[in-house]
Amino acid sequence: MCDQTFMAATFGPCDSCGKTGPLMNIYIKNEPVNYCSFCVEVMAYRGLQKGETLETLRQESDTLKKKLEEERGKLNDVELHQVAEKIEVVGALSIKTRRVLKGHGNKVLCMDWCKDKRRLVSSSQDGKVIVWDGFTLNKENGVSLPCTWVMACAYAPSGCAVALGDGLDNKCSVIPLSLDKNENLATKKKSVAMHTNYVSGCTFTSSDMQILTSSGDGSCALWDVESGQLLQSFHGHTADVLSLDLSPSETGNTFVSGGCDKKSCVWDMRSGQNIQTFENHESDINCVKYYPSGDAFASASDDATCRLYDLRADREVAIYQKDSIIFGASSVDFSLSGRLLFAGYNDYSINVWDVLKVTRVSILFGHENRISRVCVSPDGTALCSASWDHTLRIWA
Amino acid sequence: MTIRNTLRDYGQRYRPRMACLKKVEKVLLEMQDPKTGVKSQPQRLVITTIPHAITGEDIIAWLADRFQIDTQEARKFGSMLVALGYIYPLQDHKRLVVKPDASLYRFQTPYFWPTQQWPVEDTDYAIYLAKRNIRKKGILELHEQTSLDFKVKKVAAKERKKPDRVVFDCQERAYWVVHRPPPGTVSAMDYGLDRRVDPNADEVTGESLHDLYEHDSCQLVKYCATYNSHDPFLSKCLPSNPWLTDDLCIYFDEFLSLWLFVCNSVEIPTKMRVERWTFSFGELLSDPRGRDDFRLFLKKEFSGENLAFWESCEDLKWGTAATMREKAEQIYKTFLARGAPRWINIDGKTMEITVNGLKHPHRYVLDAAQTHIYMLMKKDSYGRYLKSPVFKDTLKKAICPEEHKFTRPSLSPIILRQQEQEQRAKMAASATVDITQVMSKLSKQRNEVSPHPPPPKK
Repeated sequence: MCDQTFMAATFGPCDSCGKTGPLMNIYIKNEPVNYCSFCVEVMAYRGLQKGETLETLRQESDTLKKKLEEERGKLNDVELHQVAEKIEVVGALSIKTRRVLKGHGNKVLCMDWCKDKRRLVSSSQDGKVIVWDGFTLNKENGVSLPCTWVMACAYAPSGCAVALGDGLDNKCSVIPLSLDKNENLATKKKSVAMHTNYVSGCTFTSSDMQILTSSGDGSCALWDVESGQLLQSFHGHTADVLSLDLSPSETGNTFVSGGCDKKSCVWDMRSGQNIQTFENHESDINCVKYYPSGDAFASASDDATCRLYDLRADREVAIYQKDSIIFGASSVDFSLSGRLLFAGYNDYSINVWDVLKVTRVSILFGHENRISRVCVSPDGTALCSASWDHTLRIWA
Repeated sequence: MTIRNTLRDYGQRYRPRMACLKKVEKVLLEMQDPKTGVKSQPQRLVITTIPHAITGEDIIAWLADRFQIDTQEARKFGSMLVALGYIYPLQDHKRLVVKPDASLYRFQTPYFWPTQQWPVEDTDYAIYLAKRNIRKKGILELHEQTSLDFKVKKVAAKERKKPDRVVFDCQERAYWVVHRPPPGTVSAMDYGLDRRVDPNADEVTGESLHDLYEHDSCQLVKYCATYNSHDPFLSKCLPSNPWLTDDLCIYFDEFLSLWLFVCNSVEIPTKMRVERWTFSFGELLSDPRGRDDFRLFLKKEFSGENLAFWESCEDLKWGTAATMREKAEQIYKTFLARGAPRWINIDGKTMEITVNGLKHPHRYVLDAAQTHIYMLMKKDSYGRYLKSPVFKDTLKKAICPEEHKFTRPSLSPIILRQQEQEQRAKMAASATVDITQVMSKLSKQRNEVSPHPPPPKK
């Protein structure tokens, strides 16, 4: 969060049409204005005007992009690894598999840690969702859903429920957990989110009461769990949205999303507005993750690179790539201090990058199929990786 | 018999998702360079000679040299090339890995590379199986047998020179091992659920110039440096990383927090945890123990209503939609109205905006006021808190945790929440908590766990 008191008029007369209603605070030609959402939509989606063709618009878009890059380049920005020159190198890491969680019968597509730092939930292609105790390898809860491709799962902040995103049902549901192992949790499943295409990512906000989802239909949405009401929707991506992450900062009201249109967008949850957009990747963005301070985020893409974006500087500051890494990166996460970036790839390995020096520190082998997700535990002591080889591994 | 199509072809060849394939092709071309590529030699196989065969160890050595990586990584890379079908093994053709010995491999002909412009058709597979069926006089693998479609009559059985035919057969067989793998094996061609949008389609997007800040990434560096000693991957964490030891080790601190969450004044945090509160105001607030300490300090300063207001705003923002209206009204009555019992001190303009907004309440209606109060606490109270006797006392009492071995698994969060709710209800019912009762209950619980933890060092 920047050090300014942001006094936004969030409700009042629109500067364009004069109607009173909820306002979006945007900048037009560097001037702050308050428009109602309808006027913003009208402004953003102007159709082709006379004399314009797809080609001319594309050229215009390209020139604008070049101009933007020039402007960004003019600013006296020092490269990240130059700033980090004086820092000590990360010592040799000895990260090994400490636990292997077996129990899924098909590709494990997603996992999430519980805030108690030892429990985790994982979902797989056969519709099975398992809540594990990572220490004891005990399976505490299991749900069998009739659908397949449960691509997203999230643990509630209280630890008492899980949210599941369905790849074929296009829904996101919340299931309250129970102490009774034999209870059929599938019956207590509550549908919350409804999209028009597969749900690719979901997460709870600071409480159990709201979930944020991203979908193949190109939108993200904020939902009220109790009523299933759509609180806010976020439009701007022009292709499937594959991932999202909530800002970790205390006063954060933003989240970042990445999609098949090679763009990563930062959104304001209050107004639904797209605050920042970055388009540097050459291929689909599979995963986005905030830096622990909330001032930056990393993205992993099919172009085999991971990139770091500084939100304050409003640009890409580092590219994590290597000649020998040619397979797409599917998932990323930061270590507690933000110094290490763990990235899971489609060549079955996990590369560990030094975020500041932009070098690779280590490579972790062990999985026998694609890594679908990597996630660092809430206290930073371990890394969990979920893979298409039906297992999860905990590394420390 | 009909062909069961278990591998849907998503037309992935056009998609950038398999962008790796173009890069792999570049590597393959380099590998086949007569001067700088992998050295190849003709190999005798039974009675025929296979030209341009390469050994596994040569592949690995070349890759290690080219990319400056170690042999393990080179071996994995090589295995991926085989799994994708760019290199195929001559012996043990069903195992698509590179063996670090004299096992023989060959480069697959570009005709059979995965990125060719036509999809992998089932009819082609049928023809291939029919040919093999005829040649081997009906001896096919079980999974191949069940896939064969006898409706396909056309069988290409051209006459060819024997060595060429052997080579072509090897290539073709390798191609089908990659694209129609036996069930239960890992296929590198598998890439999951199809995506909705074709990236090659035309699209026009808007572009806007945002405000650009002049900034360097110093603060990222600073953050890393500050938290370095707290990062378990980078520094030895105290008492020990629970995942590393075989016994179930839990931090002493966590043990206490599990059993003593009620008596906040009794709970003793670790030195590391208290140190984190000094990093930023956000850290202090996000740790419940830290927040409680801060609350205690504010109480002494008679500005406790600020934190209470901030917490209520958070509750409003993230709470369930049904109760939102009531909550907003409640907050107004308690904190903002004239003569309110816990009136907060905000400037006139913010108050005006907030009160106007409350006429049509939504979850972010208190945003301006909340930010104002947050900044006030951050810039004013936080600094004083860090110098206050409350904090200094907590810091003095903070312990360096020792290694403990516990065999009892941790409490489920569901139980914790139930207990918390019970305790809250009890505390709401009775004004004061009977410390002696709680302590006796806790000592009873503590005795269930052995060994008895030693007293904390000062």
